[in-house]
Amino acid sequence: MDGVHDMGGRQGFGPIHYTPGAATFHAEWERRANALYGLAVRHGIFNMDEYRHGIERMDPRHYMGASYYERTLTSLATLLVEKGVVTRAELEQLAQGFVPLSAPAAPGRTNLPNRERFQPGDRVRVRDEFFAGHIRMPAYIRGKTGVVVRETPIYPFPDAHAHGVPAEDEPTFDVAFRSEDLWPQGADSALVHVGVFQSYLDRAT
Amino acid sequence: MDDQRIAPTRTASVEQRTDAIQAVMEARGMQPGAAIDSAYQLAEEEWVPLNGGRIVAKAWTDPAFRQRLLANGKAAAAELGLSMPPHHRHLVALENTADLQNVIVCTLCSCTAFTIIGLPPEWYKDLDYRARAVRQSRTVLKEMGLDLPASTEIRVWDTTTDTRYMVIPTQPPETIGWPEDKLAAIVTKDAMIGVARLPGT
Repeated sequence: MDGVHDMGGRQGFGPIHYTPGAATFHAEWERRANALYGLAVRHGIFNMDEYRHGIERMDPRHYMGASYYERTLTSLATLLVEKGVVTRAELEQLAQGFVPLSAPAAPGRTNLPNRERFQPGDRVRVRDEFFAGHIRMPAYIRGKTGVVVRETPIYPFPDAHAHGVPAEDEPTFDVAFRSEDLWPQGADSALVHVGVFQSYLDRAT
Repeated sequence: MDDQRIAPTRTASVEQRTDAIQAVMEARGMQPGAAIDSAYQLAEEEWVPLNGGRIVAKAWTDPAFRQRLLANGKAAAAELGLSMPPHHRHLVALENTADLQNVIVCTLCSCTAFTIIGLPPEWYKDLDYRARAVRQSRTVLKEMGLDLPASTEIRVWDTTTDTRYMVIPTQPPETIGWPEDKLAAIVTKDAMIGVARLPGT
């Protein structure tokens, strides 16, 4: 989905709030939220793609203003309700207030047809597609051409795995893009390497 | 989804929401208290940057290990007793040189090789870093205190699959000949993300 979570290349953001050796957690509840979502994954209540998509489906205004661990918490609450572990009413009774949940998911999809096995050095083009479910193709590479650096392991296909749709695990490719091709006259010069699922790629002609 | 529900007017605080979820998991027999204790211990004692530091130190001092690391990072990490979660199927070690700086980001969320380099710092998960690192890499690094010469090439690695990355920083010349354990201790999380170089490099 073309959600606000898809941050790469967005303009208007400011300086990085960087301090060397910065902390991971600030408040005690953040450590608990992080541990509890990990526990739910280990119990098989949801997988990592479902968890990520639970964050992506947050109300955009809430996503942008929420802290990192509030996003964790919102996906966790959403999936516990969607999976039938608890009702929203019970959760809100326990929390003594409104519990924001993410919007329902669009349908998933299985692997795409006509997938090719690319070799290092092959020029590939990212398919010019708009899919409303979970997808691990950042929008900044959509329709762009890059060069395959290497094949990387097979993984569950995110577009299916986040939605309970059957699919084959598929190869991923380390694809290098020139920043000048991604954002003509609008980027610092660099090679940007992206891990791209086979279903997202065509051979460039 | 909940016909009986009357939406509350006041939003529960993050602490209240966390407490509620923990209570649900407790009631379902999932033992969240033990999971929280274990997560504290993992974050503080096991998922520490010293793990990655040991990998880097060995790569600096053992050319055969360096080759194995570059060929298969996860297997090389396992040689040192370092594991990764099952869904992290691959670890790619990215070697910096005097003329090349690798830098890692996750534009879509916050993916990191957290068992190897430690859990990601706050700034790594912030919207500013995620938005800008791929597009304004040199500017961002400069703002963060790493002012690279124009001749230094930058490669940005966006962690969009469950393959994980770590940067092998260049070794400070004055540390050549040091024992591995002393070398491991000088390697920082930020250097393994690629936003910093080690002193003297």
